[in-house]
Amino acid sequence: MKTTALHSAHLALGAKMGEFAGYDMPLYYKEGVLKEHEWTRAHAGLFDVSHMGQIMVTGPGACAFWQHVTPGAYDKIPDGRAKYSVLPNEDGGIIDDLIVSRLGPETFFAVVNAGCKDKDIPWLRSHLKFDTDMEVWEDRALLALQGPEAERALRNVLGVDTSDMPYMWVIEDKGLLISRLGYTGEDGFEISIPQRDAVHIWDQFLAHESVKPVGLAARDSLRLEMGYPLYGHDIDDSTSAIEAGLQWIVAKDHTDYIGAKTILDHLQNGVSRQRVGIRLIDKGIAREGSELRDEQDRKIGTMTSGGFSPTLKQSIGQGYIETAFATVGQKIFVNVRGNNIAAEITELSFVPAKTKSMKKKAA
Amino acid sequence: MTMKYTKDHEWLKIEDGDVAVIGITDYAQNALGDLVYVELPKMGRQVKKGEHFAVVESVKTAAEVYTPVTGEVVGINDNLSGDPELLKKSIEDGWIAKIKMNNPEEVSAMLDKAAYDDFLKTVE
Repeated sequence: MKTTALHSAHLALGAKMGEFAGYDMPLYYKEGVLKEHEWTRAHAGLFDVSHMGQIMVTGPGACAFWQHVTPGAYDKIPDGRAKYSVLPNEDGGIIDDLIVSRLGPETFFAVVNAGCKDKDIPWLRSHLKFDTDMEVWEDRALLALQGPEAERALRNVLGVDTSDMPYMWVIEDKGLLISRLGYTGEDGFEISIPQRDAVHIWDQFLAHESVKPVGLAARDSLRLEMGYPLYGHDIDDSTSAIEAGLQWIVAKDHTDYIGAKTILDHLQNGVSRQRVGIRLIDKGIAREGSELRDEQDRKIGTMTSGGFSPTLKQSIGQGYIETAFATVGQKIFVNVRGNNIAAEITELSFVPAKTKSMKKKAA
Repeated sequence: MTMKYTKDHEWLKIEDGDVAVIGITDYAQNALGDLVYVELPKMGRQVKKGEHFAVVESVKTAAEVYTPVTGEVVGINDNLSGDPELLKKSIEDGWIAKIKMNNPEEVSAMLDKAAYDDFLKTVE
């Protein structure tokens, strides 16, 4: 199995390890998933996400390249801005979801899912033109520092002041690439670090009073509370960005990208199923794969992620449901081991995001 | 009566001759982590040896609990519905269900403490 530069650090912390996307990764540390989840919401959690793919695309054609392989308008954002998007396939399904950051007019940095990088990289390369270069950063680690005390920890540990830095922006400082974004709904950062410095910076963060290590299990419960999709579960090559409720990533007046035909058709004519949030009303825990049923016990959808919300102390999830049922407050049933449990459709996000404003403060 | 165990990490204790109290072992509790829900069987349900009759849900996963004996569910620990973490506290607080056994002889096939401890050494 593959490992990250922090593998021995996880073992030394007594992490429970597990396989994720071919990597031996920490699922949780000694305090357990619930405590790590709560710590991240209250202070700052440190996650090793070095298994994710880091990609640099440079050259005169870099911006046009991203506008061809995603539905986003990278010509309309300023340097230093990051944007969430997807890589659609020819049929409008999703090859992967990713963050693309515009570092300069001809320099773009992308972070893709660990489990997808082996298919993303050849796909992206196959669409590169002669005027554009792509480099996969194999020798970089990626840390996520997430939580209300992340800004303070970043200042104390790295000496980087981000008090004026808005959400979804990126800065380069001390050889690090620091993006203010994340997968938890908290204020926080993802920090791309040369591999040789990874252990040192990891240890320095953990020495800070606000910071504790958090594993992939709590990363999943944190993102589930926010209604963020997890690739391979809530989105995949058979779901369009519109079915997935990601209309907001599709740039207006942008029609010339891979998969645009289906995506624009779905935008204009609607979709037969939609991704929604699901909250159990009665007791129980519903997980991925549970069928969604109507009052007549007819299957109307499937749960694609589900579990216990540490913040709400109840079972939440997301899934695809026939559009006629995709209304907030709609009562449905979730079938768990043969029993129908009363549930209702909710917004995708169960907990309000505490991220900063995206706007730059006026000088 | 001493405790008996299964390789699926259930424990069993005989109470009142033919009534068996069943729970899950420390090993299973630790493997599951933070517990969030216990699905209990219905009172009066007939269960067969080896059948799953309860589900313990943790943040991470759902674990089925199998009965080592055949019989009728004559008691369920309702306190677990409100506080699933009770399951970890003690045998007195953390039992899951009581089963009136059709054939108390089934218990003799189960592991005793020493045999279960030896078995634990063979699992990771």
